[in-house]
Amino acid sequence: MVSIQNLYKKFGKNQVLGGVDLNIDKGGIIAVLGPNGSGKTTLIKSILGMVIPNKGDISVMGKNIKHSSDYRYQIDYLPQIANFPSNLKVRELIKMIKDLRGHTTEDLQLIEAFKLIPFLDKKLGNLSGGTKQKVNLVLTFMFDSPLIILDEPTTGLDPISLIQLKQLIQTEKNKGKTILITSHIMSFVEEVSDEIVFLLEGKIYFKGTIPELKTKTNQPDFEHAIASILTNNHA
Amino acid sequence: MLKILKYSFFDLMRSRWSYVYFAFYLLLGIVLLFLNNDLSKAVITLMNVIIVLVPLIGTIFGVMYYYNSKEFTELLLAQPLRRSSIFLGQYLGVALSLSMSLILGLGLPFVFYGLFKSNAIWDFSLLLITGTFLTLIFTALAFNIALSNENKIKGFGYAILLWLFLAIIYDGIFLMTLILFEDYPLDKLSLVGTMLNPIDLSRTLILLKLDISALLGYTGAVFKQFFGTSFGIIVSLITLVVWVILPVLRILSKSKRKDF
Repeated sequence: MVSIQNLYKKFGKNQVLGGVDLNIDKGGIIAVLGPNGSGKTTLIKSILGMVIPNKGDISVMGKNIKHSSDYRYQIDYLPQIANFPSNLKVRELIKMIKDLRGHTTEDLQLIEAFKLIPFLDKKLGNLSGGTKQKVNLVLTFMFDSPLIILDEPTTGLDPISLIQLKQLIQTEKNKGKTILITSHIMSFVEEVSDEIVFLLEGKIYFKGTIPELKTKTNQPDFEHAIASILTNNHA
Repeated sequence: MLKILKYSFFDLMRSRWSYVYFAFYLLLGIVLLFLNNDLSKAVITLMNVIIVLVPLIGTIFGVMYYYNSKEFTELLLAQPLRRSSIFLGQYLGVALSLSMSLILGLGLPFVFYGLFKSNAIWDFSLLLITGTFLTLIFTALAFNIALSNENKIKGFGYAILLWLFLAIIYDGIFLMTLILFEDYPLDKLSLVGTMLNPIDLSRTLILLKLDISALLGYTGAVFKQFFGTSFGIIVSLITLVVWVILPVLRILSKSKRKDF
């Protein structure tokens, strides 16, 4: 599905990614974890073509993404911070994205599910963080693409919406889609993900299932397993 | 690209500043006509205003729009759109809405005054064409500055400096050079000097068309002597086109290599 070879990225003097090799197979939920500044978002943005790598190759569905934009029809992306043009109304934004990307009817269902109907005619600049995140989720899930990338999807969501998000992720997974998630909420990751990729200082430190990680670190639970990687490496 | 252009254009059309800009030109046109009562004199006054003001507004609006629509741009970048169409669309959206404010704002009062029955119609059209070129050029330069500077304050600073340099300082330096080297033949130098500054070029172009030798100045006179009036107009128009194309090409190449 996604194959990354020898990926390097530097921002000024700051080496963010230092030789990442990663293969993501079709189907299932993969969580990308790592401490702040470990390069999670840079990795995701490289897949999306928003960050141009210094070295290395990325291919999505067997095609090299360099100088191409059409492959993004295969990707639904949820950005980390929902920064929308503040003078647009929610309805206009949804309409605009549909206009740019293609027709869909999924949006009505999602708007209903996240209880966004009263906000449709409000300007995006006046919405609360959580409501913006819900709009963000609608925009991401309204298209039926085989690869879904979610950067911190739980930010600002209330418990009901969180349950809905988890259901949504499961439904999409059952359709055979590949879902890439980054999150700092360990319980959320443990609950939803099939496999985790742990980034540390721009390299992949661990790739495998959660039980494998627990055995490797000799820790009884997931949160402590992650913590032990971090303390052992930064001690 | 057309879709992006459409959204940027309507986004700007809804903003208060487009109306302020439009209203300013409307007022300027009306006042000039009533105070002057002479169409060709009004055109000359307008030229002096346009040549300084249009570049200023173009640079400021260009830089401001780029920084303000950062979120919109990031949203678009994750969509299946080419970078060239995103940035070209936004650039044209800004440049065309500014040009429209200019053309409508100045055009309406002149049309009601009886422009179509007057001889000044070609002078006036050339004025609007030059104004549109200046908008296209300076908005493109502003986008270049904004693309190269992540820091808003720096970007604004450079934009203002660029305008100040081309609108005022350049002429000063140019004049000083002419005085310093007056013993040498300066025809070619002053010709090149005029071509290198779109503001000077526009002024020369309009004055050539108006055929007012007294206002042409040294460079204008050289220009006229070298190219002749009609060929001079063609040469300066072509140079203005080059002035649009070069910065636009840099927008395209710069945006291709940028990280977001």
